[in-house]
Amino acid sequence: MFEFEFMRLAFAAGAIVGLLAPVVGFFLVQRQMSLIGDGIGHVAFAGVAAGYLIGVSPVWTALVAAIVGAAAIEWLRAHRTAAGDQALALVFYSGIAGGVVLISAAGALNANLFAYLFGSILTVTRAELLRIALLGLGALLLVAILLRALLAVAIDEEGARVSGLPVAFLNGAVSMLAALTIGISMRIVGILLIAALMVLPVIAAQRVAWSLRSTMGLSISIGLGSVLAGLTASYYLNMPPGGAIVLTAAATFVVAAGLETLRRRV
Amino acid sequence: MPLALELDSVDFAYEHGPPVLRDVSFEVEAGEFVAIAGPNGGGKTTLLRLALVLARPTRGRVQLFGEPADRFRDRARLGYLSQRAQLGVQAPATVREVVSAGRAARNAFGRLTAEDREAIEQAMERVGLADLARRPLSRLSGGQQQRAFIAKALVSGPQLLALDEPTAGVDVEAQEALSGLLARLNDELGVTILYVSHEFGAIEHVVRRLVLVRGGIVFDGPPSSLPGVWHDPSHVHV
Repeated sequence: MFEFEFMRLAFAAGAIVGLLAPVVGFFLVQRQMSLIGDGIGHVAFAGVAAGYLIGVSPVWTALVAAIVGAAAIEWLRAHRTAAGDQALALVFYSGIAGGVVLISAAGALNANLFAYLFGSILTVTRAELLRIALLGLGALLLVAILLRALLAVAIDEEGARVSGLPVAFLNGAVSMLAALTIGISMRIVGILLIAALMVLPVIAAQRVAWSLRSTMGLSISIGLGSVLAGLTASYYLNMPPGGAIVLTAAATFVVAAGLETLRRRV
Repeated sequence: MPLALELDSVDFAYEHGPPVLRDVSFEVEAGEFVAIAGPNGGGKTTLLRLALVLARPTRGRVQLFGEPADRFRDRARLGYLSQRAQLGVQAPATVREVVSAGRAARNAFGRLTAEDREAIEQAMERVGLADLARRPLSRLSGGQQQRAFIAKALVSGPQLLALDEPTAGVDVEAQEALSGLLARLNDELGVTILYVSHEFGAIEHVVRRLVLVRGGIVFDGPPSSLPGVWHDPSHVHV
């Protein structure tokens, strides 16, 4: 299958997203905000619609919308204007409603929209791969720099506050990283499925890991493995790539849960 | 002795709520080991939160090491064990990973230095958990978990250690081990300790000063001069 350039590009772009999504998802899961990716994704949908309406590349408008949505959720949560799940619901439903209105106004309720909703990894171009690589590596570099501070906040937020860590900034950084991940992953698994790629590898890894370090390592392995295996399955079994990738990650969770049950019995 | 903590005429109330503390003035010298006790809802945790700038007074002044608390920047000098301290993460975390998180107060970004690693090993050794460094916290007893969080609070080398209900949910043996550990920290390292609890039996013999809080300070002195009926803080009456 690697004789086709579109498959080579798909694997390269998928590998970056498979690496990045679980790294960012790790912190979302620890903050018990697993569904934030869905909330931001739905705002990104409004961004795609806005792009069609004003004639700008939907990728960029979706990225901007995702960042605005992430900031709104974090602001509502941090200022206790709404509980975490309520903040998410507010942004989630406003995003999808805004998207429907805008997409209707743009007259873009067509097949192109599906490429953003469910991904279209096999049509990734060289220019898109370059954008995904630059933004993805930038996001990974930021996580590497902030890693110890992010872990300190995740382990004990109040303790981190007492010790003078910039907790609000770090929480905001996680939300921004989630928005960035969604923005650059839209073409890979789609707005509706990217949150799954952020969360499923992490909750699978947690079942069998023995430390934070091993949880992160296994999450990355599962994320990357799911993308590569899902893409291969989609090529040979003629399945939609986004769905195949997420189903592979879900299957990994089932296996991990089974292993955990076995370990407890032994 | 210089003051580690000073509260001057402090009032505190939650938004739209009744006053929790009224006109509290309270000084702690560097190197003191102070137990803060009182009934539930009496304001003792609020007092600690005001000292650590986790809450702001509605009136009055709080100073840490001679500086206004809200402008105190050298926060690695503060160690904190929160009430019912437990892991904020769902993933398994080892003792070393939890203790390392406390080191972020000194060095939050980038890699751990040799000095950081040494401090982490020392902190685990001091609380007797060096042999369990790679063990996930979920597989330790309540007392051992508590000691891991104390090591986390100690790893930045704090001069003021604040503990909120540190003996909640741990057995009597672990409570006694904890009081011995805190007494050694106070004696050997000169760490100022604020120990908040609704019961102070476990540390009554190691603290030199006891403060009873019920909306304000109703007793401040050595435990030996506490009226007998007040040894049960639920009997504290203003």
